[in-house]
Amino acid sequence: MSSQSLSTKKEPFIRIIKKTEISVGKTIVLSLLALLAAIIAGGIFILAIGQNPFEIYTTIVKGAWRSSMATKGTIKIAIPLLIAALGITPAFQMKFWNIGAEGQIIMGGIFATYFALFFDHLPHGLLLVIMFVAGMVGGGLWGLIPAYFKTRFGTNETLFTLMLNYIALYMIKFFIEGPWRDPASSGFPKIATFTKNARLDQIFGVHAGWLIGLVLVVVLFIYLTFTKQGYEISVVGESVNTARYAGMNVKKIIMRTMFISGAICGIAGMTQVTGAAYTLGEGVAGGVGFTAITVAWLSKLNPLFILVVTLLFSMLEKGCSVMQSTFGLSSAVSGILQGIILFFILGFDFFTRYRFVFRKER
Amino acid sequence: MIINFLFAAIKAGTPLLFGTTGEIMTEKSGNLNLGVEGMMFMGAFMGFFVGFHTGSLPLALLAAFIIGNFAALIYAFLTVTMMANQNVTGLTLTIFGIGFAKFFGEIMIRKAGGSPKLSPEFMITISEKPIPVLGEIPVIGKLIFSHNPLVYLSVLVAVICSIYIMKTRAGLNMRAVGENPAAADAAGIKVTRIKYLHIMLGGGICGLGGAYLSLINGGGVWNNSSVVNGQGWISVALVIFASWSPMKAIFGSLVFGAFSVLQFYAPKDIIHIPNAFYVMLPFLITTFVLIFASMRKSKTGSQPAGCGINYFREER
Amino acid sequence: MEKKKNETMAIELKQITKTFGSVVANNKIDLSVKQGEILALLGENGSGKTTLMNMLSGIYKPDSGSIFINGQSVTINSPEDAIRLGVGMIHQHFKLVEVLSATDNIILGAKEKGLFLHKSRSERIKDISKRFGLNINPEKKVYQMSVSEKQTVEIIKVLYRKADILILDEPTAVLTPQETKRLFEILRRMKKEGCAVIIITHKLNEVLEISDRVTILRKGESVATVDTAKTSAKELTELMVGRPVELSIEHPTNDYNENLLEIHHLTVENEEGVNMIKDITFDLNRGEILGVAGVAGSGQKELCEALAGLLPVKKGAVLYQNENIVGKTPNEIIKMGISMSFIPEDRLGMGLAASMGMVDNMLLKKYNEGKGPFVSKKEARELAKRLVKQLDIVTPTVDTPVRRLSGGNVQKVLLGREIESGPNVLITAYAVRGLDINSSYTIYDALNEQKQKGVGVLFIGEDLDVMLELCDRIMVLCHGKITGIVEAKATTKEQLGLMMTDAAGAKGGKS
Repeated sequence: MSSQSLSTKKEPFIRIIKKTEISVGKTIVLSLLALLAAIIAGGIFILAIGQNPFEIYTTIVKGAWRSSMATKGTIKIAIPLLIAALGITPAFQMKFWNIGAEGQIIMGGIFATYFALFFDHLPHGLLLVIMFVAGMVGGGLWGLIPAYFKTRFGTNETLFTLMLNYIALYMIKFFIEGPWRDPASSGFPKIATFTKNARLDQIFGVHAGWLIGLVLVVVLFIYLTFTKQGYEISVVGESVNTARYAGMNVKKIIMRTMFISGAICGIAGMTQVTGAAYTLGEGVAGGVGFTAITVAWLSKLNPLFILVVTLLFSMLEKGCSVMQSTFGLSSAVSGILQGIILFFILGFDFFTRYRFVFRKER
Repeated sequence: MIINFLFAAIKAGTPLLFGTTGEIMTEKSGNLNLGVEGMMFMGAFMGFFVGFHTGSLPLALLAAFIIGNFAALIYAFLTVTMMANQNVTGLTLTIFGIGFAKFFGEIMIRKAGGSPKLSPEFMITISEKPIPVLGEIPVIGKLIFSHNPLVYLSVLVAVICSIYIMKTRAGLNMRAVGENPAAADAAGIKVTRIKYLHIMLGGGICGLGGAYLSLINGGGVWNNSSVVNGQGWISVALVIFASWSPMKAIFGSLVFGAFSVLQFYAPKDIIHIPNAFYVMLPFLITTFVLIFASMRKSKTGSQPAGCGINYFREER
Repeated sequence: MEKKKNETMAIELKQITKTFGSVVANNKIDLSVKQGEILALLGENGSGKTTLMNMLSGIYKPDSGSIFINGQSVTINSPEDAIRLGVGMIHQHFKLVEVLSATDNIILGAKEKGLFLHKSRSERIKDISKRFGLNINPEKKVYQMSVSEKQTVEIIKVLYRKADILILDEPTAVLTPQETKRLFEILRRMKKEGCAVIIITHKLNEVLEISDRVTILRKGESVATVDTAKTSAKELTELMVGRPVELSIEHPTNDYNENLLEIHHLTVENEEGVNMIKDITFDLNRGEILGVAGVAGSGQKELCEALAGLLPVKKGAVLYQNENIVGKTPNEIIKMGISMSFIPEDRLGMGLAASMGMVDNMLLKKYNEGKGPFVSKKEARELAKRLVKQLDIVTPTVDTPVRRLSGGNVQKVLLGREIESGPNVLITAYAVRGLDINSSYTIYDALNEQKQKGVGVLFIGEDLDVMLELCDRIMVLCHGKITGIVEAKATTKEQLGLMMTDAAGAKGGKS
């Protein structure tokens, strides 16, 4: 027996202990601390590449809001991110790991594009309403598929939704190269630009997607907090057994919620094609679906926080693109800074649930 | 024609094989890392950067491997020690990795005053050439023994990983951690250490896949925008297709590679299938594999049961 | 494993304390085991037995106190340390990797030389099996095994590591009497080999049968250690519960004389497709408490869930005033005017939503009432506040997540909500498990009150003394069958014990 050697062995220097839960106020303080730490870490990074962090940070903030042009640009970036993050929320609330926002955005875009291309003789208002509904149905169906298989066979939803992203992406490719190819385009195949009739109107110089997004923030907040269906989502997320015990039809709830989740993401796709790009390209989602997941998670699935975090992220992205012209630094720095912020907030979340205990020196 | 096609398929499948093997190592120890795309991006940059400056292939690969380790270390720290959500951490790693590679890629471009090119000597090292004697065998010589050195490396890595997982003591311990960390812990296995090691090892292997993309597929020129173009994500899909076995991943990467180049080789006059379907097919197949696996409710050949769940010993 | 039997203690625990949050699970516990001795660790559920042993096996770390193994002071930071010190624990919930074979599970994590897994690895497993009279198929995958096979694998796993200190947590809870007998033979053989064995249990007959000494825990404290030979079941019970066996649970009487539920030839499968309830027939009357006794895993859980409509019924009928409710959803059952309330065993995982507050939990079965898409929380809030007063529930606010409440308060929240719904039938599974005496009495009183209101109560219990006092009739389940339904007044603990182990012969039927 090697107890001889062990008898002198010390305790590890640090160990982890579970906390009794902490208040909402403290959670917010912790999040702000995390943000601060991230900003400092980002600053160190900027310093390491030979720039002045204060200057860079100021440029980012100013760059995002310096002119009405810049502000509009920032908001334009924010719209799909906001809507998609809202879309993720009900699914994640239910602990259904829908990482298929990317694909749901795309399907929303495809469905909306169909009507934009072939029904643009309809009156403008009607056409847009149809496109809106079509976008919801497209995204919703794309969310419903994995939900069906999850409830029926227990198919892993994380992997399934991931696959559907790519299937959706190549569907765009199919439409671009095939049936919807603009005959007028020479060289690179693309889909025809929407006629004016099929474009989303602008409000205060930015397409109306921002208004849709804001309305969705409120609607989703009310839906999740005050409605029966919102209550069902929370209970299912808490424990499927409890939900069954309460007499809920868990399968129905999962499918319904995933339809809603996908449908909201579909709206993001619809606003992108009809408000921003005026056409359907392979970059319609462009990774927004993935970023949206991090935004939703960071915001603790609270629609109001999502609005704030989305603005922060969009500011970073827009501000960093300005930096390229001012400092000659790649706009890709926004990815690094976003990553650092997220890493810190993910890490700091630990302290809301656990704490470290240091070895007492004897 | 068919030989050319299969040859191209192997070439296209190799980076996927690296990525898949890396992700298998990660998932087998109980962690779903969705940061493969990001880790490959970082590996692509570091591999190219070091290859560009030193002209040494081993150093380039080592650099790609180490940056992959580093990226995975961030993930491991956050998910294993800080117990953060695995999906979100992985996605964040992808955002970070892409930003990292593009940012430093651009600095590299600016310093080089234009797109950096690998030296001709380096290009020769990594070029396709038949292995003496074996390469002269008809058909097989061309098909199997005339590749660039990284192709052999990828197969070697996959085979070693497969033997490691199935035949060694350490591999058994790692599988146990991935399936049921509480049981492994009770059996005296150092769960945290095993997770860290394999996440980092997996990240390193993904980094190699990235290096392949920038060194081989890029044709010796750094391309900032599209070095890694979804290959990381495809690798995550391929893990499912290969049902968490590196040996099957060799075959799977060939299939996926074949589909990605099929559009250039398929006899278009006879078969009228839109190009998009060729590239979509691997994902469709993977989806069906996923569904069938869940229908059979098979315990083996499916995702390790502990995947996606963080482990805390004193949970109660 | 050759060890001289001497007076050095294999294990000595001194003043061990462990808290979880604000709950003191172990308070300054002392315990010791000699080599070649079997110690029984006796105590009610929630008395801290498992927590204490988990500190010996490295799962938990004590907050204070010291551990000596073979006379040496040691620090156990992990299961790995414990194994190195020769401590092997067989957990109540087996720690096995389902997809791996028996052999793989046994050699898992073993510190042995060699990089590769050799074919010959099973030789030693065979040796061990032979020596201790154990029997397994080494290539069989764990997920294909029965419970007792799994336990065998766990035992071999511990022996394979050459553990000379063996801890078993409630090893007999899931075993048939024959399997239990075999297990005890193995333990005796280990004792002969010089091992120190600790067996955690709350079954007195087993304590008396197998152990040399008994340490009794109560509410996280060790109250006594006695030689088995010099003690009796009565003394042990008194030590365990901390008061004379004569419980003073009220037993009111009433003259309801009406059949409420009739269960005919009920057969229920669990999710794996195994028949857990086999063709049972009984009835529940208005104004009575019908106790259900049995070894854990005899089908209690499945019976409850089937009656509550959560588990599909394979065969048979459940008649409520001559109307069959089998196949109906919980909602439909409620619509028929039957209010059936079920207090499940897993309170936070099934009866309540753990991270919601009391208010939201009050809504769980009623959220769908009322028109319109919105949930009305006003009544729920009032109800929550009322329950806090009525049942003395200790909670910071009515919106505090219920998982932050203590076990007793959680149970009061659950029971309070169910009683408030004015049920005709009340099903409770292990209603007082993990609760202190005061909370338990609150629960008993509440159940009696329901009974006097004419509710039929099905009381799934584990403490026979309590059941004899509280229940009007007691039905005994054994392996999914009814071995008897008896009047509580006209029976004894011993009789019930016999029926639970099937010794009386299985006879389905009513009393």
